[in-house]
Amino acid sequence: MIRNSAAEMAAKLVAGETTSVALTQAHLDRIAAVDTDVHAFLYVDTEGALAQAAAVDAKRAKGEKLSPLAGVPLALKDVMAQKGVPTTCGSKILEGWRPPYDSTVVANLKKNDIVILGKTNMDEFAMGSSTENSAYGPTHNPWDLSRIPGGSGGGSSAALAAFEAPLAIGTDTGGSIRQPAAVTGTVGVKPTYGGVSRFGLVAFSSSLDQAGPCARTVLDTALLHEAIAGHDPKDATSINAPVPQVVAAAKSGDVKGMKIGVVKELNGDGYQPGVRARFEESLELLAKAGAEIVEVSAPNFEYALAAYYLIAPSECSSNLARFDAMRYGLRVGDIDGASAESVMNLTREVGFGKEVKRRIILGTYALSSGYYDAYYGSAQKVRTLITQDFIKAFEKADVLVSPTCPTTAFKIGEKANDPLAMYLNDIATIPVNMAGIGGMSLPSGLADEDGLPVGFQIMSPVMKDERMYSVGAALEAALLTQWGAPLLDKAPLLGGAR
Amino acid sequence: MDCYWKWADSQLGLNLIRLKPMSSLSRDDVAKLAGLARIEMSEEELVNLSQEFTVILDAVARVQEVAGADVEPTSHPLPLRNVFRADVVVPSLTPEEALSGAPAQEEQRFRVPQILGEE
Repeated sequence: MIRNSAAEMAAKLVAGETTSVALTQAHLDRIAAVDTDVHAFLYVDTEGALAQAAAVDAKRAKGEKLSPLAGVPLALKDVMAQKGVPTTCGSKILEGWRPPYDSTVVANLKKNDIVILGKTNMDEFAMGSSTENSAYGPTHNPWDLSRIPGGSGGGSSAALAAFEAPLAIGTDTGGSIRQPAAVTGTVGVKPTYGGVSRFGLVAFSSSLDQAGPCARTVLDTALLHEAIAGHDPKDATSINAPVPQVVAAAKSGDVKGMKIGVVKELNGDGYQPGVRARFEESLELLAKAGAEIVEVSAPNFEYALAAYYLIAPSECSSNLARFDAMRYGLRVGDIDGASAESVMNLTREVGFGKEVKRRIILGTYALSSGYYDAYYGSAQKVRTLITQDFIKAFEKADVLVSPTCPTTAFKIGEKANDPLAMYLNDIATIPVNMAGIGGMSLPSGLADEDGLPVGFQIMSPVMKDERMYSVGAALEAALLTQWGAPLLDKAPLLGGAR
Repeated sequence: MDCYWKWADSQLGLNLIRLKPMSSLSRDDVAKLAGLARIEMSEEELVNLSQEFTVILDAVARVQEVAGADVEPTSHPLPLRNVFRADVVVPSLTPEEALSGAPAQEEQRFRVPQILGEE
């Protein structure tokens, strides 16, 4: 049952073939069996999840009208506040903190009766591409436990790939939903900026952060997307417009006559051969399905990475100033006569990890007087140029595509001491965040040289998220016909039982 | 890894950096920034960060190549305007909830270390 899609699980619940309590228990058992190896979860809310499941079952028994995913379990990235449940962001500075409120995403999940199993591991404050920056130890890729599950949302992607949950929530600032999806053979969507509320999402880089849905199929991702999206008065950057019809798009999967633009700059020499091979193959399948493949150029994308590593650290240096040891979280050095400043200094020294400190210092520098124009100011101009590149490209194509990442999953520890090598992982995903558009990654097969999953990225214009779901569903269907079974059936079995 | 670095060079101009550092931060610069950011740092951290920043700053300085005076900056992906709501009282956190995560509290207030010096 745990290998079903979320849509199949929902259908079984509606048909009375199972209950939410049974389904939730099956996933809790799976977590108990495999999570010592995978370490996708930082906290498993056994009691809360079973109580929520029992409540959904009771509603169903009474004949209440329920939402499409009611009773289906989900894994929540630990960056989203959930009332009364530990929320650490993968950081020591928030160890033990239990938020007194729900993020809007969590409120929407609860409203839709989606059962929250627990909180998933992540790079500290979502800064990283491997989940190695978590203060609570790395998550392991279910395809090969010695490899990274991507990051920052590696806990969510690994939970999906290890069948610990059929649905998950991620957040994407520079690729933290899409890159983990790519390297674990799962699906992840970064909606249009403002499409899903950021209220209660612990901020890293406010102008780039976006929560989104993760799952094992395009349809499941769409169902979750519609459950969490929509205008929220608590988020001033939330878009007040109808949610794009992503479920309908995922169900139709029609790409006839659609123009699909291949971004020349995101398919170059640095991409692993197996990544390129699967990408080319996917393009052929989309052409066979009736889409027209065109080439587009985005000359300023080559500056996106540099601009990102100025903008994101700048915003983070400001956002993370709230962790000051005064109102919540860790407090160190509060001895008689100690000043507030020395307590802040000591708390932040102990509470933050290496990468977070690196970015705070970099951001502090980029924003400091005398350097502001050269660094942050220039990066903001690059952001304009990237957005203009997208606007021009979308005049020629309905969606844009590229490989999601240059390589398959690398080994844990391989790039840990080389920040720049790590940053390069996000080279194809970052432009999407800079322009605030939508992006999806779905599996396109395994690389021949290492047998590991490869991701295919689809980008759609602002609030045209349905387009990436149409293309994703068409490609998924064509690939499934070719493979004969879901890609994850090829992943190694963990914990013995299926 | 060779092919990887060649590619990295082409993307970030790294080989230029390794030959002749263009901008850098000294250990004292990092110490000053750490002070501004309110993070205590060990000598080892200061030295390591100043070395890493030599590489990182040169990589990110590439943004200056295309940031001409004629390009408008973008700070946010959406055309932001002020958002108002009706001036109506809505439920908010109780004092107990608001203080639930406080490291120390006293008389329904956050208790904090002294802010002003003794002198």
